[in-house]
Amino acid sequence: MVSLVPSIRAVELTKRFGPNRAIDRISFEVGAGEVVGFLGPNGAGKSTTMRVLTGLLSASSGEAWVAGRSVAREPEAIRHLIGFMPENNPLPEDMRVTEFLRFRARIKGIHRKQRKSRIAEVIELCDLHHGTERKLIGNLSKGYRQRVGIADAILAEPPIVILDEPTIGLDPHQILGFRQMIQQLRGRMTLVISSHILPEIEKICDRSVILNRGQVVAAGTRSELREVFSPGQTYEIRVEGSLSEVEKRVQLADDSLVLRDSYREPEGSVRRITFSSNSNTNLVPRIIECLQGPGLPVIQEIRIRRASLEDIFLAATKRSWEENAPRTEAAPASEEPLQQ
Amino acid sequence: MRNFVHFLRHEIRVILFSASSYVAGVLFLLLMGLIYWAILKGYTVAPQEDTPATQFFRIFWIPAFFVVPLLTMRSIAEERRLGTLQTLLTTPTGPMVVVLAKFFAIYIFYLFLWACTIAFPLLAAEMTSVDQARIILFDPASLLGGYLFVALSGALFIALGIFCSSLTRSQLVAGMLCFTGLFLLIAGSRLLLEVPLPKTGPLKALNAPFQYFQTFEHLLDFSTGIIDSRPFVYYISGSLLFLVFSVILVERKA
Repeated sequence: MVSLVPSIRAVELTKRFGPNRAIDRISFEVGAGEVVGFLGPNGAGKSTTMRVLTGLLSASSGEAWVAGRSVAREPEAIRHLIGFMPENNPLPEDMRVTEFLRFRARIKGIHRKQRKSRIAEVIELCDLHHGTERKLIGNLSKGYRQRVGIADAILAEPPIVILDEPTIGLDPHQILGFRQMIQQLRGRMTLVISSHILPEIEKICDRSVILNRGQVVAAGTRSELREVFSPGQTYEIRVEGSLSEVEKRVQLADDSLVLRDSYREPEGSVRRITFSSNSNTNLVPRIIECLQGPGLPVIQEIRIRRASLEDIFLAATKRSWEENAPRTEAAPASEEPLQQ
Repeated sequence: MRNFVHFLRHEIRVILFSASSYVAGVLFLLLMGLIYWAILKGYTVAPQEDTPATQFFRIFWIPAFFVVPLLTMRSIAEERRLGTLQTLLTTPTGPMVVVLAKFFAIYIFYLFLWACTIAFPLLAAEMTSVDQARIILFDPASLLGGYLFVALSGALFIALGIFCSSLTRSQLVAGMLCFTGLFLLIAGSRLLLEVPLPKTGPLKALNAPFQYFQTFEHLLDFSTGIIDSRPFVYYISGSLLFLVFSVILVERKA
């Protein structure tokens, strides 16, 4: 049964380091069983938020609840509810994988009878078998170290797992493995994953929270975010013919179509042209219709390009910069700019 | 408490797998062996007032200056530098368990190193056929008193080392801070007696607390078999104070 209590709830959370605000009155919710991506450029406040949620840092103001329990008032209880893999995944180099997991299982309070089976389960899940489990952690590759970090985070089967930059430094094969691992964990626990590798988050997460300069600039599913930050449609046309002719004909299809980008492909005479429209109506049939006829440019391909998370992220962060710019300029000289 | 036992076992394992523990152990036993040999040699040259054990424990400060920083400097500083401290603090293990386990693991190893020095009088007794010499070598008052002093003062020194390690990310800085702290604690307290205090007036009363901090005076009492309760209060309360500060620092600066 899905719990009605949100796994994570942050209300007006602020963390100051001296005069600087690493996070500034951020509020968000993560539902039970969700896989949520925390996105943001470097210094946006992702790691600080995660450290506040895990109780490693205390918030300067605001409050956070994990599974309905206050992080500030019940830090002991929070430690039983969260599995955390910090940024850079610090691990003891001189321990073997199973030895490390056994130690972590003991200090996480896993019952003696369940310890062995649980360790075997995470070793299997994180693909640490076939001899890797007997290796010294210091001798493992980056990808396997990440797996050990994740194995540790999920070892005690906490209801909430927070992974700070888990895909950083991984090669494409390892990223694929990580993605599969997350798919296996989906539904078993709430996962919060921070990253600035957007295609990864796009593939893994149900929902995204975008942070910029310590503030939540957007939150929601990709389609929700698309509606807010990238409304309308974008059409990509591969066509043989002159740009001016194509532009003239396409605008006949609909007034709202605006030329965004155009370049000639390196081989052949095909041109790739991008148009955008603020209308959500599918204009593909009308565009094709307008470009049909003798002497007109020849369409090779036409497709609707959905805004990627990267487009949404860029639009959201750009908007937040634009919104903050006049405020910063108008601020009194004594007021510090928001930064981490 | 169960977590403490797990963590203590882990910390003892860390010490046993650490090269610096063996460096400290070998240097300690080598130096102490040489000193004991020099003390015994002194007896062959001229009669001595004190027993070999009393003279041996009188130089406790020499190993304390290098063994304690070597053993304690990496304890928290290294965990903080690597970031493993934060992963520990996100488990149900609190900062107090972390600090106490580290303290007791190092303390046990420190006591073990000192316990190894019992081999010196044993070996010396094995070499001699004179019964009187055996009695002097195993004078119970000086041996028990000396070891008790080492155990008591060691707790304070190691707590100081842990505190220094919790102040910084650098092992080197932690080691230097610990060395300086030990120097002030052992030699600096002796300098307090050199402060010219007026014979009358309220400042005269400072003489008593200054005497209270004299580590060498405590050793003298213990090694002659005088067990006074005041040094117990001093070393135990001092150790607790440093450990409490360490817990606060670990919690605040994770």
